[in-house]
Amino acid sequence: MDFRDSPEEAEFRKRFRAWIARNNPGLPVSSTDDVYWARQAEWHTALYDAGFFGLSWSSRFGGHDLPPVFDDEELAAAGAPPRPSLGYLVQGIATHASEAVKDHFLPGLISGRERWCQGFSEPGAGSDLASLRTTATLDGDEYVINGHKIWTSYSDVADWCFLLARTDPTAPKHKGLSAFAVPMHQPGIEQRPLRMINGITKEFGQVLFDGARVAVKNMIGEPGEGWRVAMTIVSHEREPGEVGYVARYAKTVKDLEEVVRTDPNAFRSDQREAVAWAYVQAEMLRLHVRRRLSERLDGLDHGPGGSIDKILMTWVEQSVGSTALSVAGSRALIDSDDLALKIYLYSRAQSVMGGTSQIQKNIIATRILGLPSA
Amino acid sequence: MVGVDPSFAITLSKNASMILPMDTRDTPEQAELRRTARQLARQLGPRTVADLDDGKRTRRLAEAVRSAGWLELRQDSGDGSPLASGVEAAIIAEALGEAVADVSFAGPLLGADLARRAGASPIDGAVVAFAPDLIDAARVSGLATTAPIYAVDCPAQGPAAAYVLVPEGSGYRLAQVQIDSGSDGADLTRVIRRLPAGAPLLPVPNQSRLLTLPDLDSWATLGLTLTSADLVGLMRGVLDLTVAYARERRQYGVPIGSFQAVQHLLAEALCLMEGAFSVTLHPSWAVDELAPDEARSAGRLAKAYCARAARTVCETAVQVHGGMGNTWDCIVHVYLRRVLLSSQWFGDDGEHLRELQRTRLGVIHGFS
Repeated sequence: MDFRDSPEEAEFRKRFRAWIARNNPGLPVSSTDDVYWARQAEWHTALYDAGFFGLSWSSRFGGHDLPPVFDDEELAAAGAPPRPSLGYLVQGIATHASEAVKDHFLPGLISGRERWCQGFSEPGAGSDLASLRTTATLDGDEYVINGHKIWTSYSDVADWCFLLARTDPTAPKHKGLSAFAVPMHQPGIEQRPLRMINGITKEFGQVLFDGARVAVKNMIGEPGEGWRVAMTIVSHEREPGEVGYVARYAKTVKDLEEVVRTDPNAFRSDQREAVAWAYVQAEMLRLHVRRRLSERLDGLDHGPGGSIDKILMTWVEQSVGSTALSVAGSRALIDSDDLALKIYLYSRAQSVMGGTSQIQKNIIATRILGLPSA
Repeated sequence: MVGVDPSFAITLSKNASMILPMDTRDTPEQAELRRTARQLARQLGPRTVADLDDGKRTRRLAEAVRSAGWLELRQDSGDGSPLASGVEAAIIAEALGEAVADVSFAGPLLGADLARRAGASPIDGAVVAFAPDLIDAARVSGLATTAPIYAVDCPAQGPAAAYVLVPEGSGYRLAQVQIDSGSDGADLTRVIRRLPAGAPLLPVPNQSRLLTLPDLDSWATLGLTLTSADLVGLMRGVLDLTVAYARERRQYGVPIGSFQAVQHLLAEALCLMEGAFSVTLHPSWAVDELAPDEARSAGRLAKAYCARAARTVCETAVQVHGGMGNTWDCIVHVYLRRVLLSSQWFGDDGEHLRELQRTRLGVIHGFS
């Protein structure tokens, strides 16, 4: 066991720290401000072009073949915006797609030159994702797509949609699904923004497919493999190491600490204790992610362990969110644009997005603890 | 028979300059120690509450821990450094907690660690005496104790001694107080002895230096690490037996573990245990590798998380065991009682959150 950086890692961190100091765009905390989402692509390509994105991914696709380095800690320390979260899409393609599809799509996805959204959930298929009704019907060397996707992150700027659709309506519900890379810029696709309870409109969208087309060669995995592809993606979507949120929590906690430190006596003891506890939890998550990244040295695992990480991450986000609201006091209620209010309101989505906490607990209970299914 | 070669720690530290990525995994030697320790603890630890009274078993357990060399891990390796790092010590503490092993381990280890820092030769089985809050080592001036102090995790058999700190100059000298008899505490698996006021201070031979405040920070980090690791083990152990119970116990014609209301409690408990394990790895490494104050902060953080998590996990275990969980003969309260002591020993979540408020938020307690 060694928590210390190797000389190479230390050198990398030093370079990254210096680069951030010069290039920090000063974007707002993500998830709470449309400005972040509007300029996320810019931040992604800046990180990538400087050699600080996609570190552990294969150089064949534009990565750097490095062991897992935890660059989120540097971003957090500098108060810089978190890195864009798309590692789970990379894992999905890298695990299931043909070599040709990997070569075609991964470089653009990793470099940020091509923007992606994820079309899984539907108005009628949330927790019960396998019941989704969007269809992809073979027509010559293309599939024709019809259906309605929702909670589609970044759909307003996406060039591609990682789509899960039903290709075999006669098969059992988990077996009739396939995954595609669907071009977003075509007739037959309409994007509508979703306004979240904290007011942001640029993170999530709805996408309506009405006779949109996708080439057969754009299928990710085999026909009928869609459910397995989706499970690989969601298992990584649940890992805080993949989504870069640790930096976001650390930044909020740091800001809260600064607020209290300016005049500790202006705050009640419960507010101060909440800040201290938020710090403990954010640090726990940072150390937990370090452990998970180290475990990857034994090989990548697409198993149910991500559900544990998702629960821990959710507890941290919601604890940090509630603490932000508590520290702000009435200020958050007088000014509807208050950051603390937005952070708090956004945090309520963490126990839903990427699979609800209830679904995660079902997975942990039956697949990790081995309890009988209900 | 289980055996540990204490020299492996030296091999490890010599390899520390090798170029490896940051890695929180066990080394092969540590993984082997983890297996061995869990096997020993499971084999010789109590399975039932009645087992706690089986003197033959407890003597075998104590003898196994002693002959494995585990009580010597924090003794001087010859150059002032301990024979094994905090990581190995935490691995054993966790394994013993997992089996609620009723054997003294952390107590003598902390005694040996303190003696090593003072450059004193180890006194067999000696533990450390604590102030009544069980958070700090007892500080005593003069020729005898003037208030009750408490020796925690004493060996069950034989006469033993407890170290106290005697202020001298800008540091502390070690003295010892003899332990003869006394009452046991809430924890049914470890022995606490109350040392009454008036106990004479005896010298500790061959001390080559005074203990400094950084020495005591480092020593407290080991205490925070061992109690946190014990809590992680207790969570692991009580969760295992509660999951087994939920699979077996039937109501409404089905195992209670098939009800989502029960499943979700147990899933949350597993998450708490995993988070606690992750956060405890850091001080177990830091105690020998980081500056004393930095290491102690890592220890405080781990302890704050583990104390809260373990209390919740044990309370869940009592609940899932239902009526049986509230009876003396169900072993779950043995875990809960041990959690209460390990939480308080070296400070619980409330204590460390208070300290975090002081250091990170500038809160001056008592003036607001």
